[in-house]
Amino acid sequence: MSQLWIAVLGTSAIAFGLKYFGHSVPEKYLSNPRVLRINTLIPIALLSALVAVQTFADKSKLLIDQRIVGMSVAVIALLLKAPFPVVVIGSAAASALTFHYLG
Amino acid sequence: MGQNNRVSRVNRTTAAASLSVSFTVGLYGIAFGAAGIAACFSLLQTCALSLLTFSGASQFAVVGVLGAGGSALSGIATASLLGIRNALYGMRMAPLLKIRGWKRIVGAQVTIDESTGVALGQSELGEAQMRQGFWLTGIGVYIFWNIFTVVGALGAQAMGDPAAWGLDAAVPAAFLGLVWPRLTNGKERALAVAAMALSLGLTPFVAAGVPIISTALLAVAFGWKART
Repeated sequence: MSQLWIAVLGTSAIAFGLKYFGHSVPEKYLSNPRVLRINTLIPIALLSALVAVQTFADKSKLLIDQRIVGMSVAVIALLLKAPFPVVVIGSAAASALTFHYLG
Repeated sequence: MGQNNRVSRVNRTTAAASLSVSFTVGLYGIAFGAAGIAACFSLLQTCALSLLTFSGASQFAVVGVLGAGGSALSGIATASLLGIRNALYGMRMAPLLKIRGWKRIVGAQVTIDESTGVALGQSELGEAQMRQGFWLTGIGVYIFWNIFTVVGALGAQAMGDPAAWGLDAAVPAAFLGLVWPRLTNGKERALAVAAMALSLGLTPFVAAGVPIISTALLAVAFGWKART
C-alpha cells in the first residue's frame, strides 16, 4: 500500500477511534484542568507550525518566495476581520500574481 | 435506543443556525479538496479523507505533512493530535445524546467543532434543541463538506501547477485562518510564535513532518502551569 493510502486510512481510523472513545468514557475523566489546558494549546502549536513550514519551507530548505506575499495579504485580511473565504482567496490571488509577474 | 424523546417539530432557530453553519463550513471543503490535490493526493484519496476522517484540521494536517515530504507516520501522528479534541467533545455530548449501537457510530463520526458548538449554543432552548442542533449541524456539515471537497479537488485537478493559482499560499492561509481566532491571550500568541520558530529552526535538520509534531511538546510546556 502506498504511503498516501496508509496516511488516509490510518488518520481516518484514529480520528474515528478518538470520537467513539469520547462517546464511551465517563465524563469525570475530562475534568483535569491541566489536560484541558494542554488540549486547547495543542492545535495552536501544530497549526502555527504548519503555517510557518508551508510558507517558508520547500522540503528541507528554507526560502522566501511568492508565498510570503500571499501570507502577508492573509495577515492583513485577518487583522481587518475579513471572513475566512476572503482570507484564503486574497492570499491565493496575491501569491499567484507574484508568481506570474516576478517569478 | 429510543429513550431520547425525538421531537417531531424542528425548532426554527436551531435549524437556521445549523443550516448556516453547515453551508459556510462546508464551503471550506473546496479549500481542502484543492489542498489534497496540491499535495499530490488522488481524487479518491482526497474524498476518502473527507468521508472517513471528517475533521477539517486533521485532514489539512495530514495532506500538509505528506505534501511537504513527511512520512505517513508523522502525518497520522500530527492529524491525530489535532483530533484529540473531538474525544473531549464526545465526552461532552454523550450524556446529552444518550445513544448506543449504530446511532453512536453515526453520532461519533459527526462529533466535530461545529456540531458541538451549535449544540452548546442551543442550551437556553433546552436539551431537545441541543440534540437537534447537534444532529442537524453534524449531518449538514458532513453533506456539504463532502460535496465541496469533490468540487475543490476537481477544480484543482483542472488547474495544473498549484503555484500558478496561488494554491501554495492558500493552504497556509487556511491554516492561519483556523488558528487566528484561537489566539485570545498573550500566552497563546507566544506559543504560536514559539511553534513557528521551532518548526522553522528544525526544518533543515530533521525529517519532514517532525518539525510540526515536535511543537506539541511546546503546547505541553506552555499548558503545564496555569500561569507563566
